[in-house]
Amino acid sequence: MSAPPFDRLTPSLRAFAAGIALLWAGAALAQTSIEDQVTTATLDNGLEVVVIEDHRAPVVVHMLWYRAGSADETPGVSGVAHFLEHLLFQGTKNMAPGELSRVVAENGGTDNAFTSYDQTGYYQRVAADRLGLMMQMEADRMVNLQLGPEEIRTEREVIIEERNMRTENDPAALMREQARAAQYLNHRYGVPIIGWRHEMVGLDLEAALEYYQTNYAPNNALLIVAGDVTPDEVLALAKEHYGPIAANPDLAPRDRPQEPPQTAPRRLVFEDPRVAQPYVIRTYLAPERDPGAQEKAAALMLLSEVLGGGQTSVLNEKLQFDQKLVVYAGAGYGGVSLDDTTFSLVVVPVEGVSLEAAETALDAAVAEFLEEGVDTEQLDRIKRQFEASRIYARDNVERVANQYGRALTSGLTVEDVHAWPEIVAAVTEEDILAAAREVFDDKASVTSWLMRPQEVTQ
Amino acid sequence: MTALFNAPLVKTWAFAAAALVMAALPARAEIEIQEVTTPGGISAWLVEEPSIPFVALELRFKGGGSLDAPDKRGATNLMVGLLEEGTGEMDARAFARELESLAASFDYDTFDDTISVSAKFLTDTTDAAMALLRGSLVAPAFNQVAIDRVKAQVLSGLASDLSDPDKIAGRTFDRLAFGDHPYATSLDGTRDSVMALSREDIVAAHAAAFARDRVYVSAVGDISAEELSALLDELLGDLPETGAPLPGTAPFLLEGGLTVEPFDTPQSVVLFGHRGLERDHPDFLAAYVINEVFGGSGLTSRLMSEVREKRGLTYGVYSYLVPKDHAALVMGSVASANNRVAETIAVIREEWAKLGQDGLTAEELAAAKTYLTGAYPLRFDGNGPIANILIGMQMDGLGPEYVTERNALVEALTLDEVNRVAAELYDPEALHFVVVGQPEGLETQ
Repeated sequence: MSAPPFDRLTPSLRAFAAGIALLWAGAALAQTSIEDQVTTATLDNGLEVVVIEDHRAPVVVHMLWYRAGSADETPGVSGVAHFLEHLLFQGTKNMAPGELSRVVAENGGTDNAFTSYDQTGYYQRVAADRLGLMMQMEADRMVNLQLGPEEIRTEREVIIEERNMRTENDPAALMREQARAAQYLNHRYGVPIIGWRHEMVGLDLEAALEYYQTNYAPNNALLIVAGDVTPDEVLALAKEHYGPIAANPDLAPRDRPQEPPQTAPRRLVFEDPRVAQPYVIRTYLAPERDPGAQEKAAALMLLSEVLGGGQTSVLNEKLQFDQKLVVYAGAGYGGVSLDDTTFSLVVVPVEGVSLEAAETALDAAVAEFLEEGVDTEQLDRIKRQFEASRIYARDNVERVANQYGRALTSGLTVEDVHAWPEIVAAVTEEDILAAAREVFDDKASVTSWLMRPQEVTQ
Repeated sequence: MTALFNAPLVKTWAFAAAALVMAALPARAEIEIQEVTTPGGISAWLVEEPSIPFVALELRFKGGGSLDAPDKRGATNLMVGLLEEGTGEMDARAFARELESLAASFDYDTFDDTISVSAKFLTDTTDAAMALLRGSLVAPAFNQVAIDRVKAQVLSGLASDLSDPDKIAGRTFDRLAFGDHPYATSLDGTRDSVMALSREDIVAAHAAAFARDRVYVSAVGDISAEELSALLDELLGDLPETGAPLPGTAPFLLEGGLTVEPFDTPQSVVLFGHRGLERDHPDFLAAYVINEVFGGSGLTSRLMSEVREKRGLTYGVYSYLVPKDHAALVMGSVASANNRVAETIAVIREEWAKLGQDGLTAEELAAAKTYLTGAYPLRFDGNGPIANILIGMQMDGLGPEYVTERNALVEALTLDEVNRVAAELYDPEALHFVVVGQPEGLETQ
């Protein structure tokens, strides 16, 4: 996290584009010819280890991932996964609050952590010869967390300010929160990662420790080390530091409440006087990449590129260039997910075009696309870019490490990650159309309008 | 700590801030920088790295949005937004299709003092990719249809900015600080100024901005010095020799105090700052080290410790040096709930005063040196990052030898020297806060 820019302007439009681009990169980066640089192992206590070698610079990224995120919380304590992630910087039996980050900095490194629906991760980026020290501290906080009431109180205020910053101050974020809650009728994906405010204010040590003891154990974790290291070194250090930690014998399978059949389209209008640029976003419940069965997800990933991946995409050709009704159109698909994910379509109308008209035009464009089929040349270009992205990916081993981490904590295996490029290459135009017809099911959709209150005049 | 995983906006911020604070750079990495001068007289820095078959090419043109004529605000930004909208016979869509076929990426961006062009292309597509890039830079089409469409995108962004508290804070600060200098207004322009821009204005902005007398180049990847040299003459040789004169020094009109910009939102966003040091000031490196301790990127800075860790008043508080070409500032930012922001500001004021009065401790200086010198080689970890570092050094007027000397310069700073700079630089009386929100208990001065 860094400071917000003070005078650089990034139109919100570009934020959309970045979101989509990131998704594409995410899909692509996980698999590159970097496969040759990947080695895996598992310790006796169940800790899975992945080493990604890149010897161009004397740098190493050390990441510890837990197969537990906000969707693994118990009802009533939303935000506790993320709260605990903060608390892991607040001291152990062996380290004072803040000591870990201070030691990392003293060694010229940087550290951070993140929480998502399906995973929580901690990482440091340091000179390669400091890897052992990083492991020593990370292993310590896997089991030795020790917190006082003062740390709990202060850190709870910090995460509430974090919610203020990310969500309360941003009408689009507030709208997305409502839309996800409407999308997921039963799954915890409908609850925000940061938590609902009314539950966040009640988070306490007990809730945090319960989540910690349930989920933080070597047999529920994944160690990824990427950079200027050899697999042998990493394994020896991992055995030394993580090896002595006992597995949690009571670790339960991740059987989370699943979605029932969705049988009614949902619509919501989110009004906020702070909205300056209204838009329409629709999400559909969609299948994710499953181990051994990624074909449909590959077709959906390519569908999102065909429809919304840049200037030459179908929606932009039709709505931005030909009909001149939108300033931006996009599509998004997050295939890496443990349970059902979403496929999204978004249109940002030009001035003077109502949300209703924009939505109607979007529907018409999608219907036309289903009639017209996929343009062969466009698909060829997309696949060529996908191949090239595997070459570019080798320049950023940290991002590759992230992709492996996400995939392997979302139910996929290294084999799945490595099979992905061929599966994508084999997707046909017919596969994409079939995936489109299946995913665009009104009954599993949520259509959201973001607008100012005074605009409620259609 | 903690970026929620699925928030691309957060990453955008991180990048933007990195660009702002671009200052002292690493020192001990094993890279060989070649200085290339083409027959056509263009100079460039090159690091050959053949292990991955692609090239990262960075171009910077000094001037940027500040070259806008007073009544044409936003012209440079709009012009740059149109570069990828077609050249010669190619319209925007044909251009995009060609770029996709090559699997290359070109990014064009406008900043206050520069236009940046970042290209990435596969080695075996070099000729075609450079021909396409050349078309966009030297002979952009500026079709009226494209102008109208991109204008609408800019206007949409401007509309969004009007209700974005971060943007409101930045614009308020700039408006109060920079008088009649271009820095006082957004380089995106205003709704009226953008609406009024004509094709002639775009063409004029292009002629003003792109010239050989102001271009900087770095390249890293699978390319030789000879190849780069030929490529650059082809790419840039047809640009005019000189562009428009750069604007003069900006005034700095903000005095110490507080400005509240009322905006109905639960968390107040705060920007604060006063005069700083120019990038070529002899004390700049000392100021950089002080800032690292005070409000730098880590979780362990003084501001983070006092405002976040001890009091839970914010998720993040940072300070940074802002050495623009025509003004230099030291600034900071924070966001805090409306009913807690007064306390947040009081704590920051107090820390600012303490820093000016007492400076750093010997321990803090030692820790900062260890961090900065240790972090140095870690930055050189890819073709893209190295190309960015090299172009930044050139624009800062540093030589290639800085890479090997930088850590020694950091090590050589003494506590006396650093604390003299802290005393000269950090002045709580001069510090001005801009608060956007509905803050409670704050008196506007």
